[in-house]
Amino acid sequence: MTQSQDAPLLEVKDLRVEISTKAGSFFPVNGHSFSVRSGETLGIVGESGSGKSMTAMSLVRLLPKHAARITQGSIKLNGRELLSLSEAEMRKVRGSEIAMILQDPQTSLNPAFTAGQQISEALRLHSPGPRSTLRARAIDALRKVKVAAPEHRVDNYPSELSGGMRQRVVGAIAISCEPKIIIADEPTTSLDVTVQAQYLRLLSELQQETGMGIIFITHDFGIVANLCHKIVVMYFGRIVESGTVERIFARPAHPYTEALIGAVPKLRGHKGRLRTIEGQPPIPTEPLSGCPFAPRCEKADNRCFNELPPTVDADGDGEHLASCWRVLEQ
Amino acid sequence: MLLYLTRRIASSLFALLVISVIVFLLSHLSGSPVDALLPDDATQEQVDSFIREWGLDKPLWQQYLTFLGNALQGDFGTSLKWPGEDAMGFVLDRMPATLKLGGLAILISVVIALPLGIAAAVYKGSPIDSLAQVFALLGQSMPNFWLGIILIWVFSVWLGWLPTSGTGTFAHSILPAIAIAWFQVSALARLTRSSMLEVLDAEYIKLARVKGVSETQVIWKHALRNAAVVPLTYFGILAASILTGSVVIETVFSWPGMGWVAIEAIRGRDFPVVQAVIIAYAVIYMLSNLVVDLLYVVVDPRIRHG
Repeated sequence: MTQSQDAPLLEVKDLRVEISTKAGSFFPVNGHSFSVRSGETLGIVGESGSGKSMTAMSLVRLLPKHAARITQGSIKLNGRELLSLSEAEMRKVRGSEIAMILQDPQTSLNPAFTAGQQISEALRLHSPGPRSTLRARAIDALRKVKVAAPEHRVDNYPSELSGGMRQRVVGAIAISCEPKIIIADEPTTSLDVTVQAQYLRLLSELQQETGMGIIFITHDFGIVANLCHKIVVMYFGRIVESGTVERIFARPAHPYTEALIGAVPKLRGHKGRLRTIEGQPPIPTEPLSGCPFAPRCEKADNRCFNELPPTVDADGDGEHLASCWRVLEQ
Repeated sequence: MLLYLTRRIASSLFALLVISVIVFLLSHLSGSPVDALLPDDATQEQVDSFIREWGLDKPLWQQYLTFLGNALQGDFGTSLKWPGEDAMGFVLDRMPATLKLGGLAILISVVIALPLGIAAAVYKGSPIDSLAQVFALLGQSMPNFWLGIILIWVFSVWLGWLPTSGTGTFAHSILPAIAIAWFQVSALARLTRSSMLEVLDAEYIKLARVKGVSETQVIWKHALRNAAVVPLTYFGILAASILTGSVVIETVFSWPGMGWVAIEAIRGRDFPVVQAVIIAYAVIYMLSNLVVDLLYVVVDPRIRHG
C-alpha cells in the first residue's frame, strides 16, 4: 500500500444502515463517520439499543439478512472500499484483516469442537498449512493470550474451560491471523471485575506488539477512560459526540456525554448519589423532529424539540465534534 | 464414557427382562390356548395330555422360569398354528424381509427429512419453508394404511408403474417403504427445522461467520453438529418404530415380514410365536436405541467426557 504512516487504517464515512420492520423502517446506524489508525483504540460508547453492535456488524458486513442493509456510506480498509467487495472477497477480509471478539464467552465458542480446532479453522481459511503446523500455531495463539499450559488446553472442549479462559480462546481466534483491526463488542461484560481487568490489559499489550487498531464497544465509560485514545458517543443511532479521550472527559460538549460521565462512580472527590439519566430513548419507528435526546435533556429548549442539531466543531480545531445546539450558542 | 455405555446396556437388559414378564403374563391373560387349539369335542384325556405337554399345570412362576430359561436359549416352543415350525426360528426367517423394508424406509426418511428440515430453517419464511410445512402436515395427518392404499391406487392401479403387493423385486418395496417413511419424514424434518433454527441464532454461529467461514460450512459443520442431537434422539424412536410398526403396512401390501407373522399368530392364538415376535421386536427396539446412544458420543463431546 502506498499509504503514509499517518493515514487511517479504517475510515468510515457517512455510513447508514436501514432496518425494515412491519412497523416501519429506521436507521440504527445513521450517518456515522469515524476512523481508526494503526495502534489506536477507538471506543464506541452508548446505552443498549443505541446501535453500537449494529455498527460493529456493519463493518464486517454481517448484518441480519433481509432485515437490515447498508444503504449509504463508505468503509475503507487501507484505502480499499469494503462495501464494493463481493461476498467471497469479503469472507477473506473477515477473520484475517478485521477480526471480532463477541460479547458472551459462554456461548461464542462452538461446544462441539475443541479450542484448537476452532483456532486452527480460522488459520486454515486464511493461511493454510499442514495439520501439525496449524496445531503448533493454535498453541502459539493460546500462549499469546496467556493461557496456562496451552499444549493441554488446545485439546479441551469449551465445556471444560472457565469463563475467563473461554474469553481468552475467543481472543486467540481473533489474533491468530494477525488482523489489522480487532472489533471487540463488549468483550468483558459477563466476566468478573478482576478477570475483566486482566483481559483488557492483555488486549493493550497485544496492541503494542502488533500495532493493530482496536474498536472497543462498551457502555462503560470507566473502561473507555483507561483503554481508548478516541471516543465516539452514540445515541439513538447517531454519533452525538466524538473526539479524543482527554478532550471529552475534560470538556464534554453534549449533555448526554456529560450525563454518562456523571454516571461513573469516582473514588475521590464529590460524594453523594450517582447521577442517572431519566427517561427512555424514543421509539425508533416513530417520526421524530428535533434532537432525539431532547426529551431527556435538562438543557433542552424549544429549538431542540423542533430542529435536528448540526454536527459542529466544538473546539475549533476539528478534533472534537458534537451535535448539539448548545455548543453553537457558546 | 465406559460407565455411560455400561449403564445404557444394563438398563436395556433390565427392560428386556421386564418385557419378558409382561409377555409371559399377557399370553396367559388372553385365554387358555387349550380352548383355541383343541376342537370343541376334545376328550378330557386329550386336554390333560395337552396341558402336561405344555407345562400348563404347573404354578405360574415355575412356568415363567421355564419360559425364561428356554427363551434365553432362543427356544419359544413350537408353533401351534404352523405345526412343526420352531417359533423363534419362524420369526427370524421373516426378519430379513422386515429389515429390508424398514431399512429402505429409514433411508428415505433421513435422506429427505434432513435436507428438508435444514433448508426450511435456513430459508425460514421462504416458499421452501412453506412447502416443507405443508409436506409435514400431510405426512402427519394421513394414517399410513390409508396412504398405502392411495399409493397403490395411484401408482399401481392407475399408472401401472409399480406392483400392488407381494415381494420379490426392489420395485415391490418402493410403495410400502414410502407409506412407512412419510410420517417419519414429517416428524424428523420438523424437529430438524426447529433445532436448526435455535442453533443458527447462537453466538458461535456468528463467530464462525466473523472468522470468515463460508455459509455452507457454517450450516453443515458448525450448526448441524450441534443441532443434530435432537433429531438424533428422535432417530432412535424412528428406527425402532419403523421396524416394529410395519405391522399395518405389511398387511396392506401383503409383505411377508414379522408384522405379517404377528397378525397371523395373534389371530390363531399361537402364543409361542406371539411371544417370539414381541421379544424380537423388543430386542430390535433396544438395539436401535443403543446405536443412538453410541452416536451421541460421536456427536457431542460433552457426553464423551462427562
